[in-house]
Amino acid sequence: MYGKGLRALSLATFAALTATFALVFFYAPLDADQGFIQKIFYVHVPVAIVTLCAYVVGAVFAALHLRTRDRRWDLRSYVVIHIALIFNILGLLTGAIWAKASWGHWWVWDEPTLVSFLIVFLLFATYQPLRFSIEDPERQARYASVFAIMAGAFVPLNFIAVRTATAYVHPRVLASAEGGLPGSMAFVFVVAIVAMTLLFALLVSYEIAAKQTKWQLRALRRRLLGSDAVAPLGRSAAPSLGEPSRGGSATRAPRNPAEAAS
Amino acid sequence: MRPSVALLRKDLLLERRAPEAIPAMLLFSVTTFVLFHFGLGRDEVAGQLAAGVLTVTLLFAAILGINRLFVAEQEEGGFDGVLLAPIDRTALFVAKAAGLFLFLALVEVVAVAAFAILLLGPSPWPALPGLLVVLALLNLALAVVGALVSALAIRTRARDLIVPIVALPLLTPALIAAARAAAPLFDAAGADGPPTKWLAVLALYDLVFGLLAYAVFDFLLED
Repeated sequence: MYGKGLRALSLATFAALTATFALVFFYAPLDADQGFIQKIFYVHVPVAIVTLCAYVVGAVFAALHLRTRDRRWDLRSYVVIHIALIFNILGLLTGAIWAKASWGHWWVWDEPTLVSFLIVFLLFATYQPLRFSIEDPERQARYASVFAIMAGAFVPLNFIAVRTATAYVHPRVLASAEGGLPGSMAFVFVVAIVAMTLLFALLVSYEIAAKQTKWQLRALRRRLLGSDAVAPLGRSAAPSLGEPSRGGSATRAPRNPAEAAS
Repeated sequence: MRPSVALLRKDLLLERRAPEAIPAMLLFSVTTFVLFHFGLGRDEVAGQLAAGVLTVTLLFAAILGINRLFVAEQEEGGFDGVLLAPIDRTALFVAKAAGLFLFLALVEVVAVAAFAILLLGPSPWPALPGLLVVLALLNLALAVVGALVSALAIRTRARDLIVPIVALPLLTPALIAAARAAAPLFDAAGADGPPTKWLAVLALYDLVFGLLAYAVFDFLLED
């Protein structure tokens, strides 16, 4: 039985997102300086924070995969990084819109969040091509985990480097949170972070449940109709957890050096 | 430690008998300086521009070396040899990173001289001590990340595509720090020491990725 608790999580996410947008539009005060456009802050910043945390979580899952050899951790790491990549694009787009609206340019190099985001995106965008270019599923999972651990450690380091490189000419919205951000704005911001985290967790749960259901379906079809009736999976970047009953041939590492070299 | 030294000696011997990576990296660097001359439309560069040209060129040259790093192991069964020998697998990582570090240092001896002659405006001599520190730290970053990425990519289908797309973003923080640290050295008004802030960022990068790569390298050599 897959997807336990999905309904409750869906409802909670829906409620939190609705509450966030209601608060953003009807409760949070207008920014004296930037006016209405500042409200994108409640989407952009939570998305950015969730993305970066998710990359680190993906690295932790990858480390657990290497430690325990349990392929389910690889699946979780893959899905977390996959959804984080989508959030990353969302963060880049909202950041660019905000930059255009408040500073007049689509891209601002001295906005460290945006620049770090681009570099992190460029790094994690190679995760799928790397997986895709390794055919043996076991090795794919192992190599992808090694990559995810390195890339997860890269996220904070990259942030340090980019932040140090950036001239502080623009006011930091978050840096002034202690002094400047009014209580009502801070409250809405916290609600927005909770909502984005829930949304992220929901999407991850859905993708994991969908993958597991698909594999279960394949296994059932194979048992009912015989293994000839089910087309073998093609090459894929996604982990293949449910393919153990292919006589082990799919998961066997090439032993022959000539085979390995090709 | 001894297995690492033996493996390193093997790599140096191979490179001495049939030079492959070092001449390619060297030619590539000098060609890139010529390209920068025309691309930038400048006869002389100084300051941040000079630091950027030098570090970016070295980074791209390193990519060539990273691509070749494990080719002999892959084609001649060196991985099996290391796995069969009763030694720690990370010995291979240490040897390869040290080898790449030495290759880069050798390349830089000529490449920096060529850079000073071809492009650099201010005199290179006052910058030299500071530049040695910056380049040593940058080489360490290139060596540890390069050895890991090379091992990661060598047994994939598209290894020469995977190496640059993975290594370049991963090395971006090191490049930022190295270029910023080297900028005052090439200042037109007179060389200044490299800022400690940037050396610290670079050293932190080396430390974190050195330890991480050392820890996870084992998992790349399991089959």
